[in-house]
Amino acid sequence: MTNQSLQELIGSWFPNPEAEKDSDVVDVAENEEGSEDISTTQEPINPSLLVFSEEGSQFLNIIVQPEQLHSLMAQLKSNPDSQFDYLFCLSGVDWGAELGVVYHLESTTHRHSIVVKVKTPDRENPTLDSVYDIWMTAEFLEREVYDFFGITFNNHPNLKRLFLTDEWEGFPLRKDYVDEINMVIK
Amino acid sequence: MIKALSITKGIHDWLYSSMSENMAYLVEMILIALVYLAIFAIAGLFLVLIERRVAAWFQLRIGPNRVGFQGLLQTMADALKLLSKELTGTEKADKFLYNLAPYFVIITSLMALAVIPFTQDFHAFDINIGILFLIAISSIGVIGILLGGWSSNNKFALIGAMRSGVQTISYELSVGLSLLTMILITGTLQLSEIVEVQKNGWLIVQGHIPAIIAFMIFMIAGTAETNRAPFDMAEAESELGAGFHTEYSGMKFAYFFLAEFINMFIIAAIATTVFFGAWLSPFGITESIPILGVFWFLAKAMILVFLMMWFRWTFPRLRVDQLLTLEWKYLLPLNLMNIVLMALIVWQNLTIQL
Amino acid sequence: MEETIVETNFKSEEYFINMGPQHPATHGVLRLLLTIDGEIIKKVEPDLGYIHRSIEKMCERDSYQQIVHLTDRMDYLSSNINNEAVCLAVENALQLEVPDRVKVIRTIIGELTRISSHCLWWGVMGMDVGALTTYFYGFRDREMINDIFEETCGARLTMNYNVPGGLMFDIHPNFIKRVKDFIVHFKTKIPEYDRLLTGNVIFHKRTKGVGVLTKEDAISFGASGPVGRASGYSCDVRKHRPYSALDKVTFNEAIKTDGDTFARYEVRIQEMWESLSIIEQLIDNIPEGEYRVATNAVIKLPKGEFYQRVETARGELGVYIISTGTKNPYRLKFRSPGFSNLSLLNHIAVGGKIGDLVATMATLDLVIPDIDR
Repeated sequence: MTNQSLQELIGSWFPNPEAEKDSDVVDVAENEEGSEDISTTQEPINPSLLVFSEEGSQFLNIIVQPEQLHSLMAQLKSNPDSQFDYLFCLSGVDWGAELGVVYHLESTTHRHSIVVKVKTPDRENPTLDSVYDIWMTAEFLEREVYDFFGITFNNHPNLKRLFLTDEWEGFPLRKDYVDEINMVIK
Repeated sequence: MIKALSITKGIHDWLYSSMSENMAYLVEMILIALVYLAIFAIAGLFLVLIERRVAAWFQLRIGPNRVGFQGLLQTMADALKLLSKELTGTEKADKFLYNLAPYFVIITSLMALAVIPFTQDFHAFDINIGILFLIAISSIGVIGILLGGWSSNNKFALIGAMRSGVQTISYELSVGLSLLTMILITGTLQLSEIVEVQKNGWLIVQGHIPAIIAFMIFMIAGTAETNRAPFDMAEAESELGAGFHTEYSGMKFAYFFLAEFINMFIIAAIATTVFFGAWLSPFGITESIPILGVFWFLAKAMILVFLMMWFRWTFPRLRVDQLLTLEWKYLLPLNLMNIVLMALIVWQNLTIQL
Repeated sequence: MEETIVETNFKSEEYFINMGPQHPATHGVLRLLLTIDGEIIKKVEPDLGYIHRSIEKMCERDSYQQIVHLTDRMDYLSSNINNEAVCLAVENALQLEVPDRVKVIRTIIGELTRISSHCLWWGVMGMDVGALTTYFYGFRDREMINDIFEETCGARLTMNYNVPGGLMFDIHPNFIKRVKDFIVHFKTKIPEYDRLLTGNVIFHKRTKGVGVLTKEDAISFGASGPVGRASGYSCDVRKHRPYSALDKVTFNEAIKTDGDTFARYEVRIQEMWESLSIIEQLIDNIPEGEYRVATNAVIKLPKGEFYQRVETARGELGVYIISTGTKNPYRLKFRSPGFSNLSLLNHIAVGGKIGDLVATMATLDLVIPDIDR
């Protein structure tokens, strides 16, 4: 599927409340028949929930709000037209002001890829939803992100330090991490 | 007792003429024990060297060849190193059993060595229940392994010891039953008489089909009995580190190690005695020179030892449940049927007599 | 007479056992916390970090040329493919077209690396199931490849032969001849591997039906490389997203559907044949030309995000670069194949024996520095 049609498909799961006043976002997210909506619903997408961009990247990027993350991911996996069943990369990123996670997804049947980005401004106690129940590989990948960025994942079955010891202070891959002994700054 | 060799004859006569009969008997026993200890040590070291050279040959390597001519002194040097090493152990080990275990293993293999007929007169202890004695003794060795694994207070060692116990108890059956098959022909348990019977043809020829089956079962079970690959469950270095002797070091470890090699030799020696005519030369070509019996015995035993080394360096290891399946579901029923077959052959006089 | 009731209901107790960080079967400093009931595995929990060097953090302060050198230290058995991944990512970001000669040489070296990695894996696989001899056979053939590498770039393990823009040096004049000699030699050796291990009955017993991974689980766990392909999941990046000269060659993707340990074994053996065929197609057709295009001494990537996927010997390696336009990456993430493959160990090892765990782990072909980046 081309990036354009992917954008239309995914956008249709999050219709603009301006266009459809009484639709509850969560309800739509749980609606499994997104494929039918392609032709019928042509409302512009809700920019407060979902932002698409292809700038500076070879993939179609979706920036999603943390609240919508899990429902979007579940849709991406289960919808027969998107079927992103292969999470090939999950990276934590420290964007400076906010912390984020970048998900690289691929469909093994349609062979299209997409990037989903989520950011949280809370640096003290960042929390996101776990996608462990959608892709099992996320269990370890999220533990790695937790270990290095301190992002807590809700509903994660076994969220504890993976590489570092339990008593390690701080999260080393954050930009503001300081270790005067072990880090060589040039 | 050693009689035919003129030197031992001389010592024997001198001892009996110079002191009382009881004293002389005692001294003679001690001398023989010392001779066997020396054989034990040298054979053990020599077998280790052979194993290493054979392994090297299989593995495209050269093997030890620097210490002494062709590495002959290599294992001697290793033994010296092991002697001088510190004996370490776990703090919470059961010290008494932990120290006792290696002796159990080494003493039993030494005792088994005593009944092996190297040649007509080079036979320290020709007991009339020879085979039974061998089977009984060889099953005591596993107690040493169990004790060693249990007392070291290490989970890997314990798993290794338990595996070893399970394995030895199971395969003991096959060893015993396959030897029993051959005893149907010989009608005796005494090793010298078993050899005597074979003057009409080695038992593997006399007993033909069931004897060959019994021999194969014996070699499989014997390899398992000595805890060697492909049945080295007790050690299984890629699974358990070093298995039951994980916590042993220095000379205590060397005892386990030497005993393993002596046990391998004993299994080969039993097979030589029971299936291949012990010290009898093929077709009686050197019957007039009895001392060459030692050569024939060792040559046959070494071929079988080589066979066991061949197994070890080419086969992957079985899993513990497959090991037991092999014994209880395949070898044991086969063995029982084989005994019936052998009984029929002996009854109908279908053995081949040369 | 009172009847004594004998309690026949044996109670078994689960216990913990530490496998590693120093253990022969973990191939490095991997620690597995096993929960065992007798011999049966109830739970496997990997404990990582014993060799973690935080390469991703180090990359944030290094220039792109330097980053190439760090990648050797991840999956040291396919170091050249790791180098290539970073170079390709940087070249794509710079929109730099490297000469055909470079592409072909990179592919040949990459496939040689794959064969050498599989040789080592094969030796270790045999050793893990108890056949110690295989180790030396694998190393004998790996040695020839290492010699070729040594002559080409001076290093045997951490090659650093690729640089952004091409190769560090041109190939040695002997290179073509020695690679051809190796192909002739190795074609007689893979059947020898089969005779020694593949056909062995005990080996079949140990591996067939052990550690079964279904296709759905393989995808969900992000399994890649031979592990994914043995589960019937076509995941060869070389096929789906060809890079360097891989679009010029024809080869079959080795796919089995059993998903067990033996299938993973067979896939790797078949991959060795396929790699040989790729090298054969390319070795006579190395185009003339430059071995490198000049880049700026300080490489600055444009602002943006770049992702490069390559197929290492263990599976899919991803290099994810976030650049802000400076000489250092803002964030660099390596998607290492071993990490995902390790995460499924608990899933497929539970219920097996300790021996099964070791055999399964051998076919996952874990390289610990790859997991502990």
